[in-house]
Amino acid sequence: MKTTVKRVLNYIKKYWFVLLLSLFLAMVTVALTLYIPILTGRAIDQMLGKGAVDMEAIFGILWKIGVSILFTALAQWVMNTCNNYITYHVVQDIRKEAFAKIQILPLSYLDTKPTGDLVSRVIADVDTFADGLLMGFTQLFTGVLTIGGTLVFMLVTNVPIALVVVCLTPVSFLVAKFIATRTHDMFHLQSKTRGEQTSLIEEMIDNEKIVKSFGREGAVKEEFREINGRLKDCSLKAIFFSSLVNPCTRFVNSLVYAGVGTFGAFLEVNGGISVGTLSCFLSYANQYTKPFNEISGVVTELQNAMVCAGRIFELIDETPQVPEDEDAVELTHVKGEVTLQDVSFSYVPGQKLLEQVSLQVQPGQRIAIVGPTGCGKTTLINLLMRFYDVNKGSIQVDGTDIRHLTRNSLRTSFGMVLQETWLQAGTVLDNIRMGKPEATREEVIEAAKASHAHSFIKRLPQGYDTVITEDGGALSQGQKQLLCIARVMLCLPPMLILDEATSSIDTRTEIRIQKAFARMMEGRTSFIVAHRLSTIKEADVILVMKDGNIIEQGNHENLLAQKGFYANLYNSQFAG
Amino acid sequence: MKGILVYLKEYKKEAVLAPLFKLLEAFFELFVPLVMANMIDVGIAGGDRPYIVKMGLWLILLAVVGLTASVTAQFFAAKAAVGFSTKLREVLFGHMQDLNFTNIDQVGTSTMITRMTSDINQVQSGVNMVLRLFLRSPIIVFGAMIMAFTIDVKCALVFVVAIPLLALVVFGIMVITIPLYKKVQGGLDKVLGITRQNLTGVRVIRAFGQEEKQTAEFEENNRALTAVQVFVGKISACMNPVTYSIVNGAIMLLIYMGAIQVQIGNLSQGEVIAIINYMSQILVELVKLANLIILTTKAVACGERVAAVLATENETQGELPGVSDKAKEAYLVFDKVSLTYKGAGEKTLSDISFQVNKGDTVGVIGGTGSGKTSLINLIPGFYPATEGAVYLNGENILSLSEKERIDRVGIVPQKAVLFKGTIRSNLLWGKENATEEEMWEALGLAQAKEVVEGKEGMLDAVVEQKGKNFSGGQRQRLTIARALIKKPEILILDDSASALDYATDAKLRQAIKSLAGSMTTFIVSQRASTIRYADKILVLDDGELVGNGTHEELLTNCPVYQEIYYSQYPEERKEEKAE
Repeated sequence: MKTTVKRVLNYIKKYWFVLLLSLFLAMVTVALTLYIPILTGRAIDQMLGKGAVDMEAIFGILWKIGVSILFTALAQWVMNTCNNYITYHVVQDIRKEAFAKIQILPLSYLDTKPTGDLVSRVIADVDTFADGLLMGFTQLFTGVLTIGGTLVFMLVTNVPIALVVVCLTPVSFLVAKFIATRTHDMFHLQSKTRGEQTSLIEEMIDNEKIVKSFGREGAVKEEFREINGRLKDCSLKAIFFSSLVNPCTRFVNSLVYAGVGTFGAFLEVNGGISVGTLSCFLSYANQYTKPFNEISGVVTELQNAMVCAGRIFELIDETPQVPEDEDAVELTHVKGEVTLQDVSFSYVPGQKLLEQVSLQVQPGQRIAIVGPTGCGKTTLINLLMRFYDVNKGSIQVDGTDIRHLTRNSLRTSFGMVLQETWLQAGTVLDNIRMGKPEATREEVIEAAKASHAHSFIKRLPQGYDTVITEDGGALSQGQKQLLCIARVMLCLPPMLILDEATSSIDTRTEIRIQKAFARMMEGRTSFIVAHRLSTIKEADVILVMKDGNIIEQGNHENLLAQKGFYANLYNSQFAG
Repeated sequence: MKGILVYLKEYKKEAVLAPLFKLLEAFFELFVPLVMANMIDVGIAGGDRPYIVKMGLWLILLAVVGLTASVTAQFFAAKAAVGFSTKLREVLFGHMQDLNFTNIDQVGTSTMITRMTSDINQVQSGVNMVLRLFLRSPIIVFGAMIMAFTIDVKCALVFVVAIPLLALVVFGIMVITIPLYKKVQGGLDKVLGITRQNLTGVRVIRAFGQEEKQTAEFEENNRALTAVQVFVGKISACMNPVTYSIVNGAIMLLIYMGAIQVQIGNLSQGEVIAIINYMSQILVELVKLANLIILTTKAVACGERVAAVLATENETQGELPGVSDKAKEAYLVFDKVSLTYKGAGEKTLSDISFQVNKGDTVGVIGGTGSGKTSLINLIPGFYPATEGAVYLNGENILSLSEKERIDRVGIVPQKAVLFKGTIRSNLLWGKENATEEEMWEALGLAQAKEVVEGKEGMLDAVVEQKGKNFSGGQRQRLTIARALIKKPEILILDDSASALDYATDAKLRQAIKSLAGSMTTFIVSQRASTIRYADKILVLDDGELVGNGTHEELLTNCPVYQEIYYSQYPEERKEEKAE
């Protein structure tokens, strides 16, 4: 917590001048706000009764009031604007840093963290942090100053009445706190019951068709009614008891007011104070509890904000991927020779995965990776693209260890089409152009034609300018994959990593994808996660994977002759 | 909104009493400055100590009465609001259960969930706040003005000017900032979108070396967001200073006019203080009122959305066409059936006719989007055929009651979903009074016996939400058992064995075949191997029935079937060519 606060202050430091200005203006605001009731009181003291009004003095006072109002208003506005400025710029800085961090975090981190969690850190947490910080700036300091200032002003003017106010006001604060702690359990129960209800709603509504196809509507309604009844009871309690805070604090306030009034009147009769002073006290008494209640709110918000800040800092502090060698080479004029030399790798230390794998791929060769689902085919892709680094051994492209190449040049030398298609929110054109932003429209259309995507793109509402959402929206799985192929087709890198579709794509699209793949692979070193027999049989090398490891390698005939796992797989899956 | 307010009827008493007690509270509050004025003018001026004490006690009494009224009001408000939303939730949930498939598609699942949860919660707090504040705040504002009139008409005129001016500023700033806040939200959504996209697409982005471009795009949006935020901040930062100036400006005027009135003997010192007090009370309540109005508009919008769902009615079924001659030709008859989903432009199924004999196994194959699921959904009448008719035993399926249709047709959907509870409670979905013996029988047929036996507690093993603690294949087998337990006349497996390995798939088909005497089975699949031994195979392409026959027949006369089959068994094509 302490370090978090320190770090937050560090971010604010950049705006120290604005902060200082804001603090100064807060002091001005508070002082003037407290000064005006005094002036009002003085004016009242100048109107003692019929014929006993000193108009001249009153004019003098009114002039002072007017100037004070003007300055207060101005100071308040500038102060608020300063606070906004600091808060939103600090937030901008933090978001920027967090995002930059995401770009250099290793995939080993990103793969294990749920996307929703990271997004909520960068967006929701930062937002809560901003709210808390802003409230802190605007209310904490002015609140404390107001309490202190009022106290001083009152004590200076009249000690006994000041004591009445000082002793009574904290009571309202205590009452609010008392109610809050008592209602905490009720709210907890309410949110628990609400959660229970929401999960029932989600479960049933999500599968409404199943509910209906079994005629279970009645039973489901009954279950819902039971939870709903419980929710009603606990909601009523929680809402009612928490709504007591306002009336109760108002009540305490009224008591303070009555106390100050009565006590002040006695003093007045005894000649201790003037009516104007009494009116000034009455107005202080009215205002005094406000900052107390505000501060307790602000403190909770600030604590909350710090927790959120902590979560963002956690992300910012994560260890980034291994930085590139200073003398890392750009990979150019790739021939496409890939060598795996005694590669060992595992995601979790101690849980063995790839063990001592060696592989020699000549330029232009096709490598088919086969195996049952979940056998770790993506592991190999992860290593080739250097999304993960090998633990032992090395991977070389054209004879250079890939750890000695710039990541960018290595990755852009591979064209990658995965089965889990990912598209960017934007137009079809922009999506295809992703790897080659400078490509002309004609080039894009050319690439789309080559990948058999042109015919369906043409039929989209706005053709190539149709905007698609991140999940591809109305596009079918097969169409999305065709777009991804077109994206690679446009830059056509010297090496390829392709992931063949499983059964969820209809036959015709599938044939198109096959053709597009075939065209891309001409003369390029290709790694294909293969599902279809033809691809596998035509491959120069077949890697058979099981439980994360490569257990057999060779061509179709060799592997069949081995009568091992591949032969088994082939017989069960394709000969059936 | 009106449509849902009827559910407040049950709480009519509370809904009236709550604002009334609030009104009472406001009323007593308005007396406080008057009592204080008397204390000053009579008590202090006359040095009358007992009078001062009396007035002090009056103040306390007013506070106590105010507290009591207020607490009572809060109670009634909470009761009415909670009761109302409880009722509304129940009615809405019930209504959703009664919607037919067409309406479920139209409204959409996520919409329904939002309506049930956050929208109704908003409505609840809206009702609560309205009951609490819609009388109190205006009464304080206008009451203060009226009280000022009772003290001095000239001074009260200041109120007449100040109140509209304050209202103008408060509402004006809100009206200006609300669309700007929407813009802030829009900017935030953009930043969120880019962040999300960079996480979900991290592999592609890095593969194309796009990190820098993405970062630049993020920073641009981030900066734009900050700019809007600072701009809105500048405008809403006006609220406090401006209202402060108006109120205090009005107080200046009151002091000036008060002084003149005191000079000529029309007003006393205490009365001037009272008038000033009234002025300072107004601001707080005006701000509350403005907030209330915003909250209310939000709640009304939510309420309207809820009302819209409640207004979605199942269409009453039109006159069924006369039974065609074809109806009695077989056990199940599709006679020139077309289906157009509501809101869709094109037919999903067009002009489909085929007949099935009792006890047959029917395979349905075709590409994605060819209409397989739509076709089988017509059998239990989940969607009514737009043209033509489906006959079961010579009767139009739509002439049967919903319950009868469900009892006779068991459907195993593509998505294998189990519900939170136990294996037993899930099986009971199929048949409410199923015996343990029946359960084991169904499990046996569905090849799910070993699944249950492998779990602790057997039939009473816990099933987590969505059946998360079971693998895809296990879930599929259990959902098949759930459908089998009711011993349907027709069993439909909608691609529901896709996660099973070939051996289990074959065993399952064997077991189902053993029931052929009593059960007709439809098997939808993308795998040719799953359906090739069916008595009849229906081939769908783009909503049309392009093939109807056995595997051997189709291989000779159906190009689409050939295409599908050979793409999965390229071996055989070559052999054929060789021959």
